[in-house]
Amino acid sequence: MSAIFFLIACSVTLALIFLGAFFWAHHHGQNDDLYTPSVRMLLDEEDKAKEWEDEIRETEADK
Amino acid sequence: MAILTQTTCFHCGDKCPEDAIQVQEKSFCCNGCYQVYQILSESKLNNYYHLNTHPGKIKIQSEQKFAYLDDAEIADKIIYYQDEKQCAVSFYIPAIHCSSCIWLLEHLNTLNTGIIENRVDFLKKTVEIRFHPEQISLRQVAELLQQIGYPPFIQLHHSDESSKKTRDPLLLKIAVAGFCFGNAMLLSFPAYFGLNKGDEVFGDFFQLLALSFAIPSMVYAGSDYFKQAYISLRSKVLDINFPLALGIAVLFLRSLSEYIFHNGAGFADSLTGLIFFLLVGKWVQQKTYHHLSFERDYRSFFPVAVQILDEQHQEKSIPLEKLKKGDRLLVKNQEIIPADAILVKGEASIDFSFVTGESVLVNKVLGELIYAGGKQCGATIELEVMKPVSQSYLTTLWNHDAFKKPNAEGSQTFVNKIAKHFTWVLLLIATLAFAFHLHQSWALAINAFTAILIVACPCALALSTPFTMAAALSIFDKNKFYLKNTDVVEQLASINHLVFDKTGTLTLVDEKDMIFEGSMSPADADLIYAVCKHSSHPLSRRICSHLKPQHTLVINQFQEYSGSGLSADFHGEKIILGKRSFVLKESSLDFSYPEVHVKIGERYLGKFIFIQKVRSGFQEVLKALEGNYKSDLLSGDHAHGQQQMSAYFQHPDQLHFAQSPKDKLQFIAHLQAKGAKVMMMGDGLNDAGALKQSHVGVAITDEINNFTPGSDAILEGSAFIKLPQFLAFSKASVRVVHQALVISLIYNSIGLSFAITGELSPLLAAILMPLSTISIVTFCSLATHKAAIKHHLKL
Repeated sequence: MSAIFFLIACSVTLALIFLGAFFWAHHHGQNDDLYTPSVRMLLDEEDKAKEWEDEIRETEADK
Repeated sequence: MAILTQTTCFHCGDKCPEDAIQVQEKSFCCNGCYQVYQILSESKLNNYYHLNTHPGKIKIQSEQKFAYLDDAEIADKIIYYQDEKQCAVSFYIPAIHCSSCIWLLEHLNTLNTGIIENRVDFLKKTVEIRFHPEQISLRQVAELLQQIGYPPFIQLHHSDESSKKTRDPLLLKIAVAGFCFGNAMLLSFPAYFGLNKGDEVFGDFFQLLALSFAIPSMVYAGSDYFKQAYISLRSKVLDINFPLALGIAVLFLRSLSEYIFHNGAGFADSLTGLIFFLLVGKWVQQKTYHHLSFERDYRSFFPVAVQILDEQHQEKSIPLEKLKKGDRLLVKNQEIIPADAILVKGEASIDFSFVTGESVLVNKVLGELIYAGGKQCGATIELEVMKPVSQSYLTTLWNHDAFKKPNAEGSQTFVNKIAKHFTWVLLLIATLAFAFHLHQSWALAINAFTAILIVACPCALALSTPFTMAAALSIFDKNKFYLKNTDVVEQLASINHLVFDKTGTLTLVDEKDMIFEGSMSPADADLIYAVCKHSSHPLSRRICSHLKPQHTLVINQFQEYSGSGLSADFHGEKIILGKRSFVLKESSLDFSYPEVHVKIGERYLGKFIFIQKVRSGFQEVLKALEGNYKSDLLSGDHAHGQQQMSAYFQHPDQLHFAQSPKDKLQFIAHLQAKGAKVMMMGDGLNDAGALKQSHVGVAITDEINNFTPGSDAILEGSAFIKLPQFLAFSKASVRVVHQALVISLIYNSIGLSFAITGELSPLLAAILMPLSTISIVTFCSLATHKAAIKHHLKL
């Protein structure tokens, strides 16, 4: 049963790591703006996508 | 050309005029929009137009000059980070409104390589820009933003605050409290379920561990309660924090002693749970409106820097606060006059709508004193400053005592009033129980004493207000009534006297009813339209939008006489429009409403009269409030609106005209001295004093992005009709808090009946505390929403 001491130490350490991760995220401003990232991720880099398409077409033409 | 009349601008979506710019099958309403398009298409930023149609929707008309940003002193105040390689600055940009805006503003480095990176905060409408100072100056960054249609709004005192980036530690405290609560609760379960004989060593270990989780919870997360309790003790006014802190401390000490003397399982889980729930309550209570500000003073309305003429008659821009008496001030079109000054050169035609809410142009002659706050509409004028900015007629209002004292009177909330008595009763019961059990044994007496303090800890009481008021706040918010904080709900409920400002509050600024007195044939209407079309004066534009011309006529010799009227020639007939003195060559004594007289040839047709439109539903609102509230009208105007207003108010002594900003403030103070609880509704800077002095100051605005003077709440004009419902609902919310108090007292007395005997098991405390908390929170939010439905408010 003494394994419980070890298991509890593990679980508390794990929980502390997550708490630390939350602190880190908060101090790096991850909670500052909770809205804009949701819009930003929907914006496509259209020009780059076109460039890639052109490149692919060119390489296919070369073949 | 006829086909083009209905097209909309590719950039902003406005209707294009007949002479629209056409490029590559796209039309643009004006050169400004076309230029933005050009800049963007040259830099291959066309994606801006693909994400949304007409993304340039919000047009900011006034062209700002950013020359003052070259001044190192001003730039220093705005730049919040600087080293050799880069500068970082955060601009507030009111035009941000869609995903195209985010996309474009985050691709600024395509337009100028000097910009390293930028990030938009959509809700706050700010953009953070990092740039190389050798490649692009701060001024150029601001000008670049203006070029693409996103002029930054720069404020010095505002940027002072935002440069200090402080993150609210409350979230971290909740994280710690939740972490401690979860762990302590799990570790307490074995003790509640009973341990086998051989496992007692685990019991001790769990208890020690749970106790050690209680320490960070109390010392870090719950520290504010001890600080507040200390402050309340020192000021000798016991508020809710004192019994809370007492409960927390007793919980910890008793858990500690139970561990040391092995006579119980301890209350570590109740302790950590209590702190966690209390902090969640605090968090719920906070509400931030990123797009609104309740703390504006005149500085938000005035420019950051002004242009003056130095000794060599050279233009120079200086920070506003350095403007002193005797300076020669240059005020260009659409700029605000920041200090009381005398007109020295040029034609002044001033729009005082910032100050009074009324947008009528006032003409000033040379040598006349112009009060600060007016906006010049027309050519550049030169002024001599008579008083420094802070001593001017309007701005001295902010030196009044009302702006210095914190609003302490209103902050005495219901819960704190109860808490005062609650604490004394609690201490009395605990002491009596202690004395009673002292005959039997010391241990039992201390047990009973601490058990009472633990059980009666007013957790549910402390949570009822935040949860009720937070629910009420979000309901107000959905109905376009934005309250500064939860205390305002309680203050709203106590109001018994309403004071209204007239212009802009009860009457609409932009909408005016126009009546034509006289006779006008359709041919005359065509002619008047043709003349007015050439003028950009607000009244001319009003007439144009009112008339429906049948034919397009071409006029000659159009002339605009600033401040007087228009004249033009049509087939040899002279058309004159304008003031009475201009058209009829006679002066009039009746200045009640703006008038435009019309004369064609020698024929006098009549006059257009512009009456301010009263906000729709005002009569119903007043009628609904009549029984329970007294009301008054305060207006800065001279008595000419009296006739229109006396139709709404029963007694003529409810109407107060020709009130200066200070008179308004004093009027409110006078009512308060007589014991009235006053709610002031206003919209202009001239109401700022009255808004501050009143118990609840409500700023009304028709355009939520516009600036409002400092206030406790902001009401959107379209929701004005709901005012009686808002007031009734605030009362209902306070009633919910009262009911929650009764429920929490029932829980307390159940707990007390156990505690008084000295037998409080940790299990009972661990069940009772969350149970009471959850039931109170559920009751509060459900009852508040029910009240909202009853008062027909949007949920």
